Amino acid sequence: MIGRLLRNRAPLLPRDAGGEVWLAGLIAVLCFLACLSAVGAICADRAAHGWARELRSEATVQVRPRVGETGAEAAARAAQTLAGVEGVEEAEAMDRESAEALLRPWVGDAVLPDLPIPYMVTVRLERAAPAGAVTLSRALAEAGLDATVDDHSLWRGEVERSAGLITLLAVAAFLLTAGAAAAAVAYATRAGMAAQSQVIGTLSLNGASDGAIAGLYQRRYGLLSAGAGAIGALVVMLMVAALRFLGGTEGVTPALPLAWSDLLIVSPCPLLAATVALVAARFTALARLKRGH
Amino acid sequence: MPVQPRRASESDAASETVRLSGVGFGYAATHRALRDVSLTLPAGSFHFLTGASGAGKSTLLKLLTLSERPLTGSLELFGEDVTAAPRRALPAFRRRMGVVFQDFRLLDHLSAFDNVALPLRLTGGKQADYAGDVEEMLDWVGLGDRMDDCPPSLSGGEKQRLAIARAVVTRPDLILADEPTGSVDAVMAERLLKLFQSMNRLGTTVLIASHDEALAERSGATVLRLEGGRLSGRAP
Repeated sequence: MIGRLLRNRAPLLPRDAGGEVWLAGLIAVLCFLACLSAVGAICADRAAHGWARELRSEATVQVRPRVGETGAEAAARAAQTLAGVEGVEEAEAMDRESAEALLRPWVGDAVLPDLPIPYMVTVRLERAAPAGAVTLSRALAEAGLDATVDDHSLWRGEVERSAGLITLLAVAAFLLTAGAAAAAVAYATRAGMAAQSQVIGTLSLNGASDGAIAGLYQRRYGLLSAGAGAIGALVVMLMVAALRFLGGTEGVTPALPLAWSDLLIVSPCPLLAATVALVAARFTALARLKRGH
Repeated sequence: MPVQPRRASESDAASETVRLSGVGFGYAATHRALRDVSLTLPAGSFHFLTGASGAGKSTLLKLLTLSERPLTGSLELFGEDVTAAPRRALPAFRRRMGVVFQDFRLLDHLSAFDNVALPLRLTGGKQADYAGDVEEMLDWVGLGDRMDDCPPSLSGGEKQRLAIARAVVTRPDLILADEPTGSVDAVMAERLLKLFQSMNRLGTTVLIASHDEALAERSGATVLRLEGGRLSGRAP
């Protein structure tokens, strides 16, 4: 008697070990892919924001010398003018050697001496309150300089748009993965109910409500999905930890910088997988029971 | 007899547990398994339903367990018309019944103990509360030493006794049994009949479908006869 009280109650649904192992494997793979896309999106977003921040703190000015003034003199005057503008941290005229060093990887040594290289000023802006392109242009005009200011806003916009697109793609990938997991659970529920129709009939004739029978399936597949989700998330966590450990903040590439906090991003995966499975199993079971299973 | 008394109230006793009025049912359009069956089982009554194989006994029990619905006529259970009751309403009626199926309908993956405990478990009972009743019931049907065995390891007679134990363990208001003594010897058949009679004395309405006319006559219960899907006679 005491032994029976201590013993756990047997599950009312018979085990379908073979099918459940496959389903668990499939959900673990889907959760792995979902976690991977989430981490990828966060890294891409982090990289894009880093690049945008860098671009926002710099500006480039191209100076055209006036008559009676050399290019180097005009660039030096522009640098001096810009250095006094509020929101500018530092302005420096780029000499020809520096400009040639920038171009050398693209055009080689042979043509460099013949190229009309523009006179440039690199401007480092204050991060907290950077001066805008209009302010810089006005200061240069007031100093009588013919110059064009590029505050990199074009590139910055492109980078931010790309980051937004990657985030959208990651969300779409996540939703597709969740949909695939829900479809797999729904299929497993239907197959399980078809194979266990005698059991369901017996439960029903002994007073089990449709909700109680659906609850048996949602509990079974919810727990199975939570476990599979934990495995998928754990594999991604190990990968992120290994890359972060081996590659530092840049992970494998500067395009995907990793942080230890990325490990937390995938931690809700088991809960989300269980929720998707619970909902899919419950709705599928109730629909089938309504049709007389 | 392990069943504790749960006497039907006076108002229950005065009411009808089952009422069929002009019920017709068929599995195919061309064949009617039941035709114009009208029947009343007062609360606390004991009836045998006899008839040849194919007479419609099992079909009538399927209607009473709400596994099937009448195509014509009406069906009332416990004073409520359930002819077209929605599916969500069925568990409440089924929990007031104990049913012994001809094919037992035991769950092969559960032990004898868990099979008998099934209806108690489905109503939310705690194992600590019902374990004693279940063990006592298993002892009573002679399966006290087979509690941990699963149905595939039991004989036909043992399965039948297990199915009966499951049907009566909740002390239901209505017991429906389809050939409950078909797989047991004469001694066990008499013992099971006494169990049903004990339940009936405690206020439970009992309807037993059986082809065993002799057992029905010996029981002293009212005998209903089905022939070709019609109730053809009633004997005291």
